[in-house]
Amino acid sequence: MIPPTKPKYRPLFWRKAKDRAVQVFSVISLSIAVGAMLWILGTILVRGAEVLGWDFLSNPSKPYGMPDAGIANALLGTLMITGFSVLIAVPPALAAGIWLAEFGKRMPRAAAAIRFCANVLMGMPSVIVGLFVYMILVVPMRGFSGLAGAVALAILMFPVVMRTTEDMMAMVPDTLRESGLALGMTRCRVTLSIICRAARNGLVTGVLLSVARVSGETAPLLFTALFADAWPTNFFGGPTANIPVLITEYATNSPFEAMHRAGWGAALVITLLVLTVNLSARVLFREKKH
Amino acid sequence: MDKQKKVKIQARNLSFFYEGGHQALFDNNLDIPEKEITAVIGPSGCGKSTHLRIYNRIFELYRGQRVEGEVLLDGKNILTPETDVLELRRRVGMIFQKPTPFPMSVFDNVAYPLRLHFRLSKSEIADRVEAALTGACLWDEVKDKLKKSGLALSGGQQQRLCMARTIAAEPEVLLMDEPTSAIDPVATLKIEDLVLELRKRFTIVIVTHNMQQAARISDQTAFFYKGRIIEVGPTKQIFTSPKEKKTEEYITGRFG
Repeated sequence: MIPPTKPKYRPLFWRKAKDRAVQVFSVISLSIAVGAMLWILGTILVRGAEVLGWDFLSNPSKPYGMPDAGIANALLGTLMITGFSVLIAVPPALAAGIWLAEFGKRMPRAAAAIRFCANVLMGMPSVIVGLFVYMILVVPMRGFSGLAGAVALAILMFPVVMRTTEDMMAMVPDTLRESGLALGMTRCRVTLSIICRAARNGLVTGVLLSVARVSGETAPLLFTALFADAWPTNFFGGPTANIPVLITEYATNSPFEAMHRAGWGAALVITLLVLTVNLSARVLFREKKH
Repeated sequence: MDKQKKVKIQARNLSFFYEGGHQALFDNNLDIPEKEITAVIGPSGCGKSTHLRIYNRIFELYRGQRVEGEVLLDGKNILTPETDVLELRRRVGMIFQKPTPFPMSVFDNVAYPLRLHFRLSKSEIADRVEAALTGACLWDEVKDKLKKSGLALSGGQQQRLCMARTIAAEPEVLLMDEPTSAIDPVATLKIEDLVLELRKRFTIVIVTHNMQQAARISDQTAFFYKGRIIEVGPTKQIFTSPKEKKTEEYITGRFG
């Protein structure tokens, strides 16, 4: 053993300089990220505000040159497609998430396999999901339809909702489960009336975030819902207008300035929509703490 | 005890405020004698940990916390903006309530402060790691598993590993914030023995909610109550003939 004598200290100067440098680097990186976001939002806001107005929101889209064109049909179509995808995906996704969290431990291998599949599905490029639905729905039905779009979005939504549900359920402390079981409740009753209630806000938050995530998806809709300059009256059997595809079409396939402007307007509308959903998810999740 | 004692740390009119202005400490004075053990006791929430966390300015991690008064380390106020906190924390080490081994091997845990503070050769580091682990009464238990994760040790061993890590940096003062409250009774006794051993080299301030512990190991005891130091004195006197009624009530277990 060596005597407890103090060796010479390393100078603090360099350590502090390094500390500074790392902090400066972090702040620069942060400003790049935030700057890019503000740039995008600002551009959309400025360009979109030019055309945004009641007429724009209440008139349906029309071929170039016709007066009083808007995006109302696409807005309605997007709401319908997203709404249907929620109806299709959320109930089974919640059930699957609950099973994973509450009963998955009994079959750890099956649970792990399911989790793995969900993770793969989450990482899958959405265009592949679009092509898949094209194959299983659009081809046999001999036509594009809003329903096919909803199914495509539902497939994207399913794994996200399932995994967040599982995480939220897992955050509920085990003592709550024990207390329920100790009262003589069945496992299902404990799960549905105690654990789900405790995790309620988290579950809704997960659904909202997944809605925000998929409502701007474009690629899967190109192969399924496509687009139409008409009100979405034939949701189950015909091409259905929607905002993401409208933006794509106007931005890439149209030489006309008016169309570009309308595209910016539509971009602003979908951005505000997604922002609203995100913010409500945030507010809801914060309430849980009180 | 009655020899001329050098005072290592002096707290002068020390007040502390949490975020929102809630006052946790009120105008306290306390002298910490060099190379002795000072125990800080009192009921939960009395401010004893808060007091300790001023000595190395670790409280500054949290926004909105504010301190008034002075803490003199070797006669120099450490609460001034000019104080270099890196240097301060090099001189004043701290051990926390729960063991906090870093997520690395036993050896690297102890070598970390050495590489951080000193320029040493590999063999010097190895020597000093052994010395620190020996000083923390842990060497014999871990010498065959130096490459294993520090988190793989038992709770008591983890805490002694943290002590080894702290003393490896060769501080002058050791602050201990309830170091045995998360440890089982047998391991606690080992750590108490260790603290008595460390007394030869370091000035020690130990916060404890365990009065027997304070009585067993400390030279001086300070009793905190509701943010105020009610009584300070030689441990023997505090536990046998306290001057204040509150102190007596607390040490006889009538509240707290």
